[in-house]
Amino acid sequence: MLPEEENVTSNLITSLYVFMLAGFLGFQVIRRVSPLLHTPLMSLTNALDAIAVVGAIVLVGEHKSTFATVLGTVAVVAAMSNVVGGFLITDRMLRMFKTSKPKKP
Amino acid sequence: MTPLINETFIQITYLVATALFILALKWLSAPSTARRGVWAGELGMVLAIGGTLFYQGIVDYKWIVIALVLGSIIGVPLGLVHMTAVPQRTALSHACGALCVALVGTAEYYLRAPNVPPFVMAVLSMEVILGSLTFTGSLMATGKLQEILPQRPITYKGQNMVNLSLLAVAVIAAVILVLHPGQKHLFPLLIGIPLVFGVLMIVPIGGADMPTVISLLNSYAGLSAAAMGFVLDSKLLIIAGALDGSSGFILSVIMSKAMNRSFTNVLFGAFGQVQASAVAGEEARTVRSATAEEAASILAAANSVVIVPGYGMAVAQAQHKVRELYDALSKRGVDVKFGIHPVAGRMPGHMNVLLAEADIPYDKLMDMDAINPEFPQTDVALVIGANDVTNPAARTDQGSPIYGMPILDVDKARTVMVIKRSMSPGFAGIDNPLYYLDKTLMLFGDAKSFVGDIVRELAGSGHA
Repeated sequence: MLPEEENVTSNLITSLYVFMLAGFLGFQVIRRVSPLLHTPLMSLTNALDAIAVVGAIVLVGEHKSTFATVLGTVAVVAAMSNVVGGFLITDRMLRMFKTSKPKKP
Repeated sequence: MTPLINETFIQITYLVATALFILALKWLSAPSTARRGVWAGELGMVLAIGGTLFYQGIVDYKWIVIALVLGSIIGVPLGLVHMTAVPQRTALSHACGALCVALVGTAEYYLRAPNVPPFVMAVLSMEVILGSLTFTGSLMATGKLQEILPQRPITYKGQNMVNLSLLAVAVIAAVILVLHPGQKHLFPLLIGIPLVFGVLMIVPIGGADMPTVISLLNSYAGLSAAAMGFVLDSKLLIIAGALDGSSGFILSVIMSKAMNRSFTNVLFGAFGQVQASAVAGEEARTVRSATAEEAASILAAANSVVIVPGYGMAVAQAQHKVRELYDALSKRGVDVKFGIHPVAGRMPGHMNVLLAEADIPYDKLMDMDAINPEFPQTDVALVIGANDVTNPAARTDQGSPIYGMPILDVDKARTVMVIKRSMSPGFAGIDNPLYYLDKTLMLFGDAKSFVGDIVRELAGSGHA
């Protein structure tokens, strides 16, 4: 193997570990989310998922080809609408959840 | 900044963003800390996007700025939709997320081909295939939820065979590309076939199955983003995608259990076929009906009341009247709770949002497992716009298509009242023996006006 290929392989293995650990972490954290909040959960994870926008930003900015820049621009628009819309609606929903118990001082 | 310091700086913003994303989901576990979770997520997002803008490989900012601004402008109205429209908005956002991933994957392929290592080509194929099918699948789901498209499932013979063979062609093309990444003419297959597959996947799915579908598409969107993380070697994206993927996966499992569908059923997307409607023997069974006045006096005399709302309540826009009923009864010292079935709305947790919007305190909203043991001690169970999720046949009648489905045990309450337009069976066409019990009173009418009538009777303004 060329040294470069070796580097790519070890990077991918590390990434697989990261993916696996994040998957387990996700299961543990999300299992604890009350069914009460499953809709906000979905809209929030959606907004967080739109972090894909960073990949699209780099694609647009590097301007390696017109084709890539065009696709990247559409991608940034799509992802950014998720970021703004997702956080906005999640917060709107959560603001509506009120308890009947008096707040602790 | 030297390139090395620059790269380190960006990676540190990503690292902090990752930690904030995980905290965001952790804080979302309870309503008291949930808003903090949103703020953590927002901060993480700002850091990650901000850090990326410092990337030295960026030669031109013009289109980045235009796209960021345009996307934000589009995002605002999407964040301000009415709460009943949240399911279609969510489906649409899955489509946007998947579109972004598929486009970036496509661009990356054409920039790098033919020098794509096999593993990268494999995850890139997965990214583009999942992204494309989630894109059209989610658009179809949006259309069905928005009722632009017919909600009725469309099925034909050999449907699964057609769909799976289509997908197989895309997978074969992907395998060839992994072995020979230079075969550029094959790449459009990885986009086109999944785009068609996404449409075909949703065509056989009926309106009542949407909670499962949305969850599943959520999971696909997350997995495609994680695949994109592998392609771009971005740990941040891998983690965000894995979190989203596992969240969607967990919700799909919860929804499929609540809908009485097996897990393989969900994985293969074969959940469309509505069970053949069971035609019940039309023996003349008697039901007891009651007026708003009678219902009001029974409710007023009760110590404990559990209200079971279904999507019919939301369709009738009755949630604010239900809130007035809750207030009127609480004022009389009646203990009022809400029993909420996991599939009561059009997406996971939707009913809770609709009731919270009507200002009903969330500590009164009980999920199925919490409320079921309480029914035997409940004086009155009031069912509004729900049908199959209260059908005791699911527990007792092995021949029933919904046998085994977890239900709310309203029939164990001392008195059951059901607000319903008529005796016609519900969505699945299954007769509900609950309606013929001696302790059941049928309240025939529109949910909103009937609840309004009960509230008026309770207030004593209807008669002296």
